[in-house]
This record gives sequence, structure tokens and C-alpha cells, in this order.
Amino acid sequence: MSTNPTKISGAADMPLGLTRMNFISDQEVRWCPGCGDYSILFQVQTVMPKLNIPREKIVFVSGIGCSSRFPYYMNTYGFHGIHGRAPTIASGIKIANPELSVWLVTGDGDGLSIGGNHIVHAMRRNLDMNILLFNNRIYGLTKGQYSPTSEYGKKTKSSPYGTVEHPINPISLAIASEATFIARSVDIDTKHLSATIERAAYHKGMSFVEIFQNCNIFNDGAFKEFTEKEVRSDRILPLEHGKPMIFGKEKNKGIRLNGLKPEVVTLGENGISTSDLLVHNEEDLDPTLAYMLSQLPFPEFPVPIGVFRRVTKPCYEDSVLEQIDGAVAKKGRGDLEKLMNSGDTWVVEEF
Amino acid sequence: MSATDTLENTKTNVQEVESVTIRFAGDSGDGMQLTGTQFTNTAAVIGNDISTFPDYPAEIRAPAGSLPGVSGFQLNFSSVDIRTPGDAPNVLIAMNPAALKVNLPDLEEGGLLIVNTNEFIKANFDKAGYTSNPLEDGSLAGYRVVAIPITDMTMNALAQVPMTKRNKERCKNFFALGVVFCLYDRPLEPTIEWINDKFEKKHPEVAEANRLVLKAGFDYADTAEIFSTHYKVRKAHLPPGKYRKITGNEATALGFVTAAQLAGRPLFYGTYPITPASDILHELSLLKSFGVKTFQAEDEIAAIGAAIGASFAGHIGLTGTSGPGVALKSEAIGLAVMTELPVVIVDVQRGGPSTGLPTKTEQADLLQAMYGRNSECPVAVLAPSTPGDCFHMAIEAVRLAIKFMTPVFFLSDGYIANGAEPWKVPPMNELPDLSFQFVTDPEGFFPYKRDPETLSRPWAIPGTPGLTHRIGGLEKQHITGNVNYDPANHDFMVRLRAEKIANIANFIPEAEVFGAPEGDLLVIGWGGTYGAITTAVETLQHQGQRISSCHLQYLNPLPRNLGDIMANFKRVAVAELNLGQLCMVLRAKYLVDVISINKVAGQPFKVKELVNRFQGLL
Ligand code: SF4
Repeated sequence: MSTNPTKISGAADMPLGLTRMNFISDQEVRWCPGCGDYSILFQVQTVMPKLNIPREKIVFVSGIGCSSRFPYYMNTYGFHGIHGRAPTIASGIKIANPELSVWLVTGDGDGLSIGGNHIVHAMRRNLDMNILLFNNRIYGLTKGQYSPTSEYGKKTKSSPYGTVEHPINPISLAIASEATFIARSVDIDTKHLSATIERAAYHKGMSFVEIFQNCNIFNDGAFKEFTEKEVRSDRILPLEHGKPMIFGKEKNKGIRLNGLKPEVVTLGENGISTSDLLVHNEEDLDPTLAYMLSQLPFPEFPVPIGVFRRVTKPCYEDSVLEQIDGAVAKKGRGDLEKLMNSGDTWVVEEF
Repeated sequence: MSATDTLENTKTNVQEVESVTIRFAGDSGDGMQLTGTQFTNTAAVIGNDISTFPDYPAEIRAPAGSLPGVSGFQLNFSSVDIRTPGDAPNVLIAMNPAALKVNLPDLEEGGLLIVNTNEFIKANFDKAGYTSNPLEDGSLAGYRVVAIPITDMTMNALAQVPMTKRNKERCKNFFALGVVFCLYDRPLEPTIEWINDKFEKKHPEVAEANRLVLKAGFDYADTAEIFSTHYKVRKAHLPPGKYRKITGNEATALGFVTAAQLAGRPLFYGTYPITPASDILHELSLLKSFGVKTFQAEDEIAAIGAAIGASFAGHIGLTGTSGPGVALKSEAIGLAVMTELPVVIVDVQRGGPSTGLPTKTEQADLLQAMYGRNSECPVAVLAPSTPGDCFHMAIEAVRLAIKFMTPVFFLSDGYIANGAEPWKVPPMNELPDLSFQFVTDPEGFFPYKRDPETLSRPWAIPGTPGLTHRIGGLEKQHITGNVNYDPANHDFMVRLRAEKIANIANFIPEAEVFGAPEGDLLVIGWGGTYGAITTAVETLQHQGQRISSCHLQYLNPLPRNLGDIMANFKRVAVAELNLGQLCMVLRAKYLVDVISINKVAGQPFKVKELVNRFQGLL
């Protein structure tokens, strides 16, 4: 796995010797038993010590929804905000103190419906922070209404006749919004999940990770068609940088470009070999292929997981500091007395 | 114009007057705001007291020559202490028929009217709704009309300058300015310096053209002797000290950056462009060398969300907007109340509801600031009373926000935000000390443990070892800050948050009475109506009436002595630019039969109308 050479925000130089236990808060976890959130929490708490960031330099920020209870369970600083607005609060925190490692936990309703505007703008500004979007394709906390990622026609408590809305694709949105690290993982694929979270943490810039998360109460099995053990390898395409796109139990299926269209091919059939396959390049500055991958229709195609895109751009908070430092270098540190006395001034003498 | 004495001059009469009100009016593309500002700057620099009232349309460029496109700039300059831009202009400069039509009703009887005759043509009469030429039909008989072909003379002055006709024409406001400078015997240097600063480097030809036209206007008025009398307004007897001209928005920006410096923390300004508050963003975005971080957010909600986040992380969190923006920020203000983080919300009030009158003034957001959120959600509310006062109240807002860990509203309005006055620059050693320490000691730390005196919780910022904690919008358990749904705890916390804000009354100055401490009528005001109310009350006091006023800068909590002050008057009235919002609050709180004097026309009070209305209560 290639890691980003940049020093991660807030990381200490000397090993801190932290363990997962250090990141468990004293608050009782209140998700429904069996909820996919537990697995994600476990993986995040597993990754944290590896980053070697002192706990006090980590902030978890969330909005409203089941997933947004997350900060209470992390023994770090935390801010449980208001519905959809976590990106705004997190942005303020990061701009105020770029040394902090800022994590934003949101869901499909919180992040893509009520907070859709904020998540788009936070991503395009490329702040160095991490968004974990738990996508369960349903509203859990309000008990079972359809969400912006629910499939067309889905029957839910608020759509007894089936929804008439088309779902939003979080990865496509992140690409369009110019996030610089875009990945997808699955709650139950613990190894992949923790590796993805770790890579997100090491990326300097906005990391967006969509995590398929099972809501066993209101949308059980939403992802089982491709996440169940028996079908997983045939229906999931693990993206690996620099590697041809191969999947299948027998590792004999691949993705090839036919003109501008992707197609599934079988290795060894019709003389097709790995050299015919698309090679994944997460660092491609052109987002076309990443977007194409995000739009592959299921079940004709497998569901890609892994890192879709990883590029480098200046981070908002660094540019802000650069401008400040530049102004100070040019004009000197702001002199309040001078500022107050600027403009056209005149003196009124004693009469 | 109140004449004090007449001097003989070789050429023309020079009459000395105490104060003059001038209004420049033209198309919004005619540069009237600039012209007015230049006249104001000159008046200020040579020592007059000044007060200005820019009044411009919401449209950037309404159709040329149309009534909605008329932009005006009124200024009052004086040798005595003045508090308002004047009721009725003594002089009106009308650059076209539409400007005449809109502004003539305000011109004083017998006032001086300077018009640009080149624009008095059929097409423009139609646009302004004139059926005949007002310069010829006798309708202006009651005024002293000075008709000048300003456009032609501008073109003549620039005959030798290689410039497009259109660009030459755009200099005509400087001709008008030159004429008025001559009338009041003002130096051209300050304006020439401004032109040089602004244009010389990048557009030397524009600088040259403007200088030529300005001088041409002055010389024309001088040599053609178009005015039989020139006027002289002496320096004002302002308290000694160093002064600068300042608008409310400039003073607001300056006040907040000063407050942040006094507190020793960087200022974070999260905002979304909105009239009439955007100038605060423009000012603050220049102040990078002071460590100011401006964040132009994607919307009003993001603006305050980011300010709250920055405050959590230890910056001075500030957001600025106007009424419609406050509506969007309401939920986030509630979050700041629940998480007890300091954040200041600047509301430069404008006419509403909804989009309303974006460029016009109003004071109708008071109840929104006080109560416009779900549930019991108390915040502190302050209101500056003059452009210069914005500076001091900004510092106060930050002081209270930090000390009490609370959102604080700063209710400015379009009138003082855009209006200007001479501002006495305070010496550094007279500024308050806002320094404070973040909590760092883990010993006995709880995020919702209270300071017994202020009832505020500790400000512990991320990055501090040993103090990791979680906050949020769910109800907090007293002291621990853990999420808690216990009925008794909720009842306790609601009352505690209310008490914390009420207790601020013990940390703010008492209200002061202007005039005798007892009498027949007490007029209470707040915010930008200070100048008009005080002047009206003073006028009646000089007539021997038993009237006083009390102008409030602190609206929540109210000054602790306000009840006692009211008790000493036979009648109490509140004058405000809404339908009686403060009046309602005072009636509810004090059970006093307060009378409401109100107006919601998008315009400030005139002194005369207040005098009349106060008189009716005496
Ligand atoms: S409702 Fe669904 S998402 Fe929410 S906690 Fe329960 S299982 Fe998890």
C-alpha cells in the first residue's frame, strides 16, 4: 500500500504507545445490536493508535442521525452538531487550528440531503480532513423513511408505493466536488475498511470515504447482493493502484474499455489477457475513469471498492495561513494603533 | 441654513452659516455616492462635524433616467455638534429629471437647486413622469434654481483629452462636485489627492480627466459668479483629539479586529455576502496581517457553523449578515446556546420581511434576535447607536461573548452601517483589557462546570491535553456535560441558561438619561435612531419642555436601572423603526404603559417628525 509521505496533521514524532483501548470513551454505545456502525467504530478505534496522533489533537465532528452519535464514543475531542452542518463546524475547527486531525462522521441523509450543500463545498475547498459517510440507504434515527441514496421504487415507511426519486451517487458527487481522496469500503469487510480509513488519514487534503453500512432494523441486507461471503468475490471489484481491474472467485474476470464503454471480459476467452484490462490509476488527474467506475451499473458490473481517486491540490487552511504569513512578511505584524489611525485623519486642537 | 452673520467680500457675498445639508442625487450610474463621500471627506478634514446618509437603490443599474434608479447621498456638515444628516436638504444637486422628481419634496422651501440641464430632455421627462419641463413650467418658482449644462461643460473641459465620449461623460459628477466646492469655499486638494491615489498609477488618463473636470467645475462657478452668495461653515468645536471619518460598517470591522487583538486571539469571520453587511467582509478580508481569517461560506448557515467551529477551537468566532441571513442562522445560534460557545452575530438590519428592502434601513429584527429560535434560547443583544459607536459596541460584544460563553447579537442597521461621522480615535490605553486564559488544568475539569460569578462554563479547546470532551446540541447534564434527558435536569438547565444571560446585567453599565432625571416624558430609543431622537429631545428641552431621553445600547439583558429611570417620568415612549418591538418588551417586563412611536418606511426618523410626535405627548 502506498502511503502519503506528508506528515499527518497532529502526529507526534515519538511513538505514543497508544492502543485501541485509549480511544474508547466512557459513554455507553447506543446503536441497535447488529448495526453496521459498531464495526466501523471498532475499525476507527483500531486505526487511530497507528496514526500516532495524541488524542487531544483529534476532533470528531458529526451532524444528526444514527452515525452522528459517533463522536460521543471516541475518547477524543468531539462535536455533535446540528443536522447536515457538520462540514461547516469541522471547517471552522480545521481553519482555526490546522494542527488538529479532524474527522467528520455523517450519513446519507445528514451528508447528502440536508447537508448536501455543505459537503460539496467542504470537498471543493480541499481542507485536510476526513469525511466518513455511512451509507445505509435509509433514515434510521427517524425510523425508516427513504433517503437520498435509496433505490428508485424502494418501499419505505414514507414511500409505501415506492419512492419516485432517483438516488444520488456519493462517489460521483465527491468526484464532481473535487475531493482529492475518494474511496469506498464496506462495514463488514473489516480489513479493507481499516486499510481504507488509514489511507484516508494519511492523505493530505479532503478524504471522502463512503462506507456501505447495514441498518439491520430498517434496511437489512441492503448490500447483501454483493457483500455476502458467497457472492462477494464475483460481485465486488477491489480497486488497486497500478493493478489491472480483475475480480471473480477464479480471478478470471476483468474490466476492459471498448471505445468509451467499459465491459466485463473473461481472461483467457477470445484471447483476452491481463494486458487488455484497464489498469487502475488513482492518481490520474483526469477524473473521467474514476467517474466511470463510480457509475458502473450493478449487477451488470461488479461494485468497485477501494480508492477511486487520490490527487494533490493545495489545502484551504494552508493557503489561508500562507496569505497571512505573506501579509505579515510584507507589511509586518498588524499594528492596531496604526490601523485605527489610518484613512483621512485630522486633529482638533484645544480651544 | 441658519445664518449667523454676513461678511462683505470683494466679489460676492460670503455668508457664515452654522450647518448645511446637501443632497447629491442622480442615476445610480452617475457616481453620486462617490461625490457625496468626497465632499464629506473634505468637510471632515477641514474640521466640520459631519453626518451622512447614503440612500441608494437595490438594483445595481436600474434603467438610466428611471425613478427607481435614483441614487442619493445626503450629508450634513456643521460648525456645531450634529447627530443626524439633516431633515431637509438646503441644497439639492439633481443630475436628471428623475433625481429631481424623487428628491424635490425633501428640499427646504426656498432651497438651492442645482440641475444638469443637459439631461432635461423629453425622453427623460417621460421616464420621470413629467409632462412638461419643470425648469420652464414655473413649478420650481419656490426655489433658487441654478441651471448648468454640466454634461456639455464636462465635455468642453475634456476637449483635448484622448478619451471615449462615454468615459468623458462619466466625469460629470466631478464637475458638479467642483461647483459645490466653490459654493462652500472648500479646498480641492483632498479630492485631488484621492484621485491621484486611486487612479494615477493604473489609469493616469482617468486621473487627469477627473482633476481637469473638478477644477473646471470650481472655476466655472467662481468666474461665472453663478452664486450671488457663498457660504462659510467654520470648524466645529469637537472635543480635542485625533479624528477620522468612519462609517458604521468600517467601525464594526475595526471594532472586531481590535477586540480580537485585545483578547489575544485571532478573529474568524464566517459570512455570506448580503446587503448591507458585505462591507464588513471587504474590510476584514484586507486585515490578514492581523491574523484575521475571513471565510466566505457557501451559505448563511455554513458561515455561522464555521464561526462556531472556530470558536470551539479557540478563535474569536464572528458571523455577519442581515435579517434574512439571521433567519437561516437561527438553528446554529441555538447550537451555540446549547454548547455555550462564544460567537458574535452581526445583524445589519434592513427593511423586511423576506428580501424586503435590501438597501433601506429598519429596526425590526429586535424580536428575532431576542426570541427567533426554537425553545428557550436566550442570548445577549447589543445595539450600537452611531457609526462610531459600532467600534465600542463590537468590543463589548466580544467581551460579553467570552466572559459569559454565549452568543451575542450586535444589531446594527443600514442607516448607521453606511452613514459616516467624525470618530475620535481612542488612545490605545483607553481600550479595555479583554485578555483571558483557556482552561488547561485537568484537575477537577468538567465541560459544564460553572464559574460561580458569571455562571459560564470553561473554554477548553482541542489540542489541550487531559481535557478531551464532547459537546453537542443534545441537552447536557449539569457539570458533566454528558447527554442527559432527565426532566429535572432539563428544567434546571433551561433556567440556568436564562439566569446566565440575565446575570449579564450586573456586568454592563447602567443606562444614562439625556436631560433631567425626571419629567413629563421619557423617550427611550435604541440603535441607529440615537441622532434623531436626541436632537429632537434637545430641541424640545430648549423650548422648556420637561422631556428627557434614554438611549439603550444593551437590549438583553436591559440595564438594571431602567425600571427606576422610567418610574420618574409621567409618560414613557419608545421611538423605533418597527411596529413597537422594544415597546412590547418593556411593557411585558416592567408593566409600564409605554407608548409606541414608530415608523417603518425604510427611512430613518426625521428630527422634525419626532419633535411633532413628542410634542403631542407633552
Ligand atoms: S436504526 Fe439502523 S442505522 Fe440506526 S442504529 Fe439502528 S441499525 Fe443502526
